[in-house]
Amino acid sequence: MRYLEAGKRHRVRFALNGRAVEGEAEPRLLLSDFLRQHLGAFGTHVGCEHGSCGACTVRLDGKAVRSCLLYAVQIDGKAVATVEGLAKPDGLNPLQAALRKHHGLQCGFCTPGILMSLSQLRDEEPNADEARIRDVLSGHICRCTGYHGIVQAALDVFGKD
Amino acid sequence: MKPAAFDYARPDNLDEALALLADRGAGARICAGGQSLGAMMNMRLATPDILIDIAGLQELKAIAIMDGVLEVGAAVTQDELWRWPELADRQPLLAQMLPWIGHYQTRQRGTVCGSLAHADPSSELPLALALLAGDVVLRSQRGRRVVGAGDFQTGMMATAVAADEMIVAARFPLAQPGSTSAFHEVAQRHGDFAIVAVAAVGNENGVRLGVGGVADVPGVIDLTWPVADTTLNDFAWALGGADDQHATARYRRQLVRRIGKRVIEEVSDALS
Repeated sequence: MRYLEAGKRHRVRFALNGRAVEGEAEPRLLLSDFLRQHLGAFGTHVGCEHGSCGACTVRLDGKAVRSCLLYAVQIDGKAVATVEGLAKPDGLNPLQAALRKHHGLQCGFCTPGILMSLSQLRDEEPNADEARIRDVLSGHICRCTGYHGIVQAALDVFGKD
Repeated sequence: MKPAAFDYARPDNLDEALALLADRGAGARICAGGQSLGAMMNMRLATPDILIDIAGLQELKAIAIMDGVLEVGAAVTQDELWRWPELADRQPLLAQMLPWIGHYQTRQRGTVCGSLAHADPSSELPLALALLAGDVVLRSQRGRRVVGAGDFQTGMMATAVAADEMIVAARFPLAQPGSTSAFHEVAQRHGDFAIVAVAAVGNENGVRLGVGGVADVPGVIDLTWPVADTTLNDFAWALGGADDQHATARYRRQLVRRIGKRVIEEVSDALS
């Protein structure tokens, strides 16, 4: 059994966007805060901190999940993907490019979380239809776009295989 | 919006988890997906001394059919059950209800049994368990007991689970031949807490209707064909909903009548 005492920092090793990283965390430290405040990975945004808004969504072992509802100590030995890992040296990934083309973002606060959800959906269901895309997007609050541009961007990328 | 300090334990097997529960009792909370408990802890509505993380316990990850029931282990996520290939055939009501639980992102962590343990009056799985008259399997170092849905949920976010006990599985009776089901809910945003959720299972003899989101616990009623509008109205009043920040009691009664009629018609149409 692994037993980690409150108030003490414990070693956490995991893969962040394919790169081995490590840090120290008390059990109560949220993964979202661990990424931002301990590892300087500010791409993951923090909104409601109770799992409702979707801004902090990251991929844990491939699955899009809320990083504000995970503790840093829970990801020891696992793989986390954040928005920083999406673009390649030669440019934006297709989802990012489509969001730009279709004005799928304005202030950009919700965008990293939306990208992580859509990236899982694209990996697993590349031909997802608009209803499925909207179902996945319902887990994200965007106060700028009215969602139309986001849906159009996704439709530009999905169903092309 | 940060949780208070807690010890974190990740037991290697169920026996270790039960030993910790016996030792730490009321100060301990089981965490499987943490999608409700984590939010409660961030808001300091829950401040456990120790979190016992059972998400990785293989012995709680099974989805199995036995003796006419579908048994779902305590570490099975809502998404895993939804993706289980036999679900739509064996218990279509669950296949209909699961996409309404939270969001894509929370269903991939949140567990079926965790939702039952949380026992939110507006959540879908307690309604499914009540409507289908399922059971919850509890374990502690003292032993094992099986509690029926009616005795399990004792009030708003309150259950029969004792301080040294934990849910190890939920049991949903399989769909009967010749029966059909329907589900619908109204929420402010898809995936938000339901203002009213209504599920129905029927056959040629009658229809069983369940309502979540109105009373402290799901309300269930058995009706015979044909179902009169006045019967639905009486049931809507009998549930005794209250005004809150999401909706008035009057609006909830109206939703029970409207959605109730809709799901009953869906069941009746599917049977004819």
